[in-house]
Amino acid sequence: MRVAGKGLVNRDKSVTFRFDGVSYTGFEGDTVASALLANGITLMGRSFKYHRPRGVLTAGSEEPNAMVTVGEGAGAEPNVRATVQEIYEGLMVRSQNAWPSLDFDVMAVNDLAAPFLGAGFYYKTFMWPKRFWEAIYEPVIRKAAGLGALSGKHNEDTYEKAFAFCDLLVIGAGPAGLMAALAAGRAGVDVILCDEDMQVGGRLLAESGAVGHLSGADWAASVMAELEAMANVRVMTRTTVTGAYDGGTFGALERVNQHTGKRGGGAPLECFWRIAAKRSVLAAGALERPIAFQNNDRPGVMTAGAVRAYLNRWGVSPGEKVTVFGNNDDAHRTALDLAAAGVHVAALIDSRQGITVEAASFPVIVGAQVCNAAGRKALESVTVRTSAGEQSIQTDCLAVSGGWNPTVHLTCHMNGRPTWREDIQAFVPTAGSIPDMAVAGACDGVFSTLGCLKDGLRAGQEAAEALGKRVVAVDLPVADDAAYALEPLWAVAGKGRAWLDFQNDVSVKDIKQAAVENFRSVEHMKRYTTQGMATDQGKNSNVMALAVLADATGRGIPETGTTTFRPPYGPVAIAAMGAGAQGHGFAPERFTTSHKRSVERGAPMIEAGLWYRPSYFPKAGETTWRQSCDREVGYVRKAVGVCDVSTLGKIDIQGPDAAELLDFVYTNLFSTLQVGRVRYGLMLREDGTVMDDGTCARLGETHYVMTTTTAAAGAVMRHLEFVTQCLHPEWQVAFTSVTEQWAQFAVAGPKARELLNGVLAQPVDGESFPFMGCGPVEVAGVQGRLFRISFSGEHAYEVAVPSRYGASLFDLLLEHAERMGGGAYGMEALNVLRIEKGFITHAEIDGRRTAFDIGAARMISAKKDCVGKTMAARAGLMDEMRPQMVGIKPVDAAAVLSAGAHLYECGAAQVNGNGLGHVTSVGYSPDLGLQIGIAFVARGAARHGDVVRFVDAVRGLETDVEVCAPVFVDPEGGRVRG
Amino acid sequence: MRIDCPLCGARDRREFYYQGAAVALNRPAPDAGVEAWDDYVHLRDNPAGETRDLWHHEAGCGAWLVVTRDTVSHAVSRVELATDVKGAMA
Amino acid sequence: MGELKAVSACAGLVPVCIGSVTVDGMDLECMTSLSPFGDALALDGALKKAHGVGWPQAGQALGDATVRVIWFGRNEAVLIGPEADQGLGDVAAVVDLSDAWAAVSVEGAGTVDVLARLVPVDLRAAAFGEGQTVRTQLGHLGASITKLGPERFMILVFRSMAATLIHDLKQAMAGVASRG
Repeated sequence: MRVAGKGLVNRDKSVTFRFDGVSYTGFEGDTVASALLANGITLMGRSFKYHRPRGVLTAGSEEPNAMVTVGEGAGAEPNVRATVQEIYEGLMVRSQNAWPSLDFDVMAVNDLAAPFLGAGFYYKTFMWPKRFWEAIYEPVIRKAAGLGALSGKHNEDTYEKAFAFCDLLVIGAGPAGLMAALAAGRAGVDVILCDEDMQVGGRLLAESGAVGHLSGADWAASVMAELEAMANVRVMTRTTVTGAYDGGTFGALERVNQHTGKRGGGAPLECFWRIAAKRSVLAAGALERPIAFQNNDRPGVMTAGAVRAYLNRWGVSPGEKVTVFGNNDDAHRTALDLAAAGVHVAALIDSRQGITVEAASFPVIVGAQVCNAAGRKALESVTVRTSAGEQSIQTDCLAVSGGWNPTVHLTCHMNGRPTWREDIQAFVPTAGSIPDMAVAGACDGVFSTLGCLKDGLRAGQEAAEALGKRVVAVDLPVADDAAYALEPLWAVAGKGRAWLDFQNDVSVKDIKQAAVENFRSVEHMKRYTTQGMATDQGKNSNVMALAVLADATGRGIPETGTTTFRPPYGPVAIAAMGAGAQGHGFAPERFTTSHKRSVERGAPMIEAGLWYRPSYFPKAGETTWRQSCDREVGYVRKAVGVCDVSTLGKIDIQGPDAAELLDFVYTNLFSTLQVGRVRYGLMLREDGTVMDDGTCARLGETHYVMTTTTAAAGAVMRHLEFVTQCLHPEWQVAFTSVTEQWAQFAVAGPKARELLNGVLAQPVDGESFPFMGCGPVEVAGVQGRLFRISFSGEHAYEVAVPSRYGASLFDLLLEHAERMGGGAYGMEALNVLRIEKGFITHAEIDGRRTAFDIGAARMISAKKDCVGKTMAARAGLMDEMRPQMVGIKPVDAAAVLSAGAHLYECGAAQVNGNGLGHVTSVGYSPDLGLQIGIAFVARGAARHGDVVRFVDAVRGLETDVEVCAPVFVDPEGGRVRG
Repeated sequence: MRIDCPLCGARDRREFYYQGAAVALNRPAPDAGVEAWDDYVHLRDNPAGETRDLWHHEAGCGAWLVVTRDTVSHAVSRVELATDVKGAMA
Repeated sequence: MGELKAVSACAGLVPVCIGSVTVDGMDLECMTSLSPFGDALALDGALKKAHGVGWPQAGQALGDATVRVIWFGRNEAVLIGPEADQGLGDVAAVVDLSDAWAAVSVEGAGTVDVLARLVPVDLRAAAFGEGQTVRTQLGHLGASITKLGPERFMILVFRSMAATLIHDLKQAMAGVASRG
């Protein structure tokens, strides 16, 4: 119910939203939780395992119970905390983990079976029979347990990623964070201030105390106004800093439009920030912990600080008759604030003896404990135990405080361990846990408002000084400075289940059971009981649970230790972390200059690394890709084919030591190559394995252009950088990637020269351009380059022009080729052509092949050192039993082959370890009229003519194949020189 | 993680390619023998503490860097151009 | 024999205007990569003599709209505008890259916010002024980014990735524009 005259919500602006299909009204500034409480709704969810009715426990992001699904359809988002979700006009919210309804949930029978479902139940019960696990147990458990569910549909919502930089990141905009940002901001520091809430102020928004002559909220607003006016300060609200990483990097999730109905049109729902900061101040505050007692999870039982927040910030009393139970002075504020606001306080129960509360207008029971709560779907009464006995108090809301835990999480993200402080019975951050991070305020165990302001001021000024700024005076406002006093109370003794982890349904009994079964390590206890898992990551329960474990194992809390807090601090949607990477954003798309024309001609494009290349160019009447491919192979073998080969890496190499570099990175010699000639080269890794192959042309005395395979272009570039920077920085040589500068086309086939002479200013002949010749040419009025090289075994050239002319040249070449009975060919034909000649690609040189394996051992020059030469000579890499490259052709000409198949001796058992090798490439050779392949076979060079068994267990193919030389067409190589 | 490139300044780890131990700078002579080559190509220390790695600022200036860092704290204590380190070895 | 027709890298992709930010193609005339052999002193002199602009320090972009020399990486700069003087080849590797890179300008209020969605480098005015340049990433793309004016940047990426560049920029621009 709303309380007159209280709260910061805008009562002039009402907002309508729906919860489980029912329409409710709240005010601007309300969360789903505060608005539902204002409407008298206390039952908001069902628990994970036992489906117990649950209400809201907290008023912040640590909420374990009130989890809801927001929105409908594909983008419906589960497990949103009702305490964080702001209401907006038209918001649709559903409860989760209940069927058929929140009010009547069939799975609540689990609760009756609870005696059997305690810690370790699943581990002990579902062990056998083994096959039952996947078939029966897991599906049933998955259906019964859990939180909300995703829609399973593609989420159309937009998410965003962004980078931010600052000198000082202040995390948390409560009194400490605001003072730190103010002090640093005034000193001129480049500041980012983040807070997960919709507005700055932190606890000040929830408390009734004044700061200076203003209310806490007004003071926060005044500081906000000053910060926003500073050009050097950026305030990011609704932004949760989720993780602290190496080198001053932080992750932060900004909820950009979660509080509005705005979707589509590029408007992001959330933005995941990577913030790089030179220094940071953690002012993340503290979280209140409950006290465990029987049935302490009844809807209406919540933390005392939350009750105060609902009253002071949202003007809502969560009950009509409120009882307060605590072990510390802070809890008293709740009773006093409620009473002052005119809410009936049934009693204040303090577990400590001899406590007095000034100006209490309500019964105060000291030295007492609440030991049970009654009422299933809503709290009806609590049982209070004193030395005099037990009494029942009628109440619909119990505000509980077991003390406060500093929010140490971020300081643990780099393996830091928090330090136990006996005086406040809590862990505080250990100094230095995160380099260049200072901790201030409640987060460091400073619990008074004045203390927080002071501590924040100190942290801000120290940061400014460390960043080389002159410190500017900031007046410290007058504020509450009451001491924080408590006596530890974790769990009230008694029968029944007393809950610690509400989200995972872990009770005091479960922790004790874990200890009995010797899961004494806190990490083991966590995994055995599931305490501290799921979305709240034990924010409410961790310290209580380990206190109970410490007690059960007869150790102190510091010796028991804590589990490790890891990022993220709060849940982050995968969609936010992966923002921008859907669809076209997944990876760069590299298009050749002929891309558009290829697509227009109906060519299916396939990915080659990041590039897109045409598979084949279908013609009218062709119904299968093979028909197109065979026709295109025919172009090259019989007339002329044109293929865009621009994707091959091209590296321009210049300098006095260019030849020396090439001699060192290639196995063969390039210093002896004549200007105007091209040579095929093989590159090894230092371990003797083949890295890449390609041609290299000598354009001038100190000028070469190297080609690499499409796949290895980046790796070869990096390798050249490595050699010239890390091994031979003394060499005077420079190289530049020119892959993108040149559009390059293969023109291959018996009519290749005829075609070229139709487009070149100066016709070429066998003398001016012999096989492996190269040089500058003028192509249709443009300066280009011509290389007489062949990847098909035919008389062929590659002609290059600056990329701006690529599209135009492709058209021109096709026009000529088609007039001559040829045309464009794609990757499929290119593959067949090269298999027919036994030319390798990375299907063969897959990172395991040596020069010896591919029959190129003689390419390792004896005249010089080169990368990989020494290691390539190892006996194991020259062993004749290694799989060597061979050709294969089926004995039955109609048989189908496949790449990836294994080869065995005929009649041998087809088992692992018995193989001879495998098939790397296959294609249909129209010339031979059968499928052919390249394979690696043990002792293969000596086995030409042998028949072996081809087995593809995946595709169910098996046939006899003949091992042969890996050259099927023109073995003498006459055509290429013709 | 951020690496302070001597040419570009502090940059996010995503811009860098990780190679491995800076041992790779000490390429043995071709005739140094099996052990020296085995050490160079395959054997690496796995220290809990200071280590020297080679990183390539691939998405930045293209410089190879020798990065001295602590494998326990992840703190980067020194970043040098590989050309400088190699040059000083000559 | 017909003449070959030139097509620019961003043909059909630009201009793009979303919110207050505009992306447009830039015609750089010539772009030439220069890498000195040995130290850059001789190249610095040759550059000044031939083109009136010297060799840049790391991160430096020299010159103006007619002639620019932009640091392009370790031991590399690009000359943008005029055709490179032949004499430079005596002291440096000279490589024509006029067709290798797609060039766009991004400008207007909020440009820095747009780039902050894509670029892991601080490009705010206080950290990145006119005359500064970086080699970094834009989304997944390797990029050269140079500040040309108060809210104006030049971005270069490999030519083949122009479509991805524009796709990524559009998405970032829409996100920024939606915040108003």
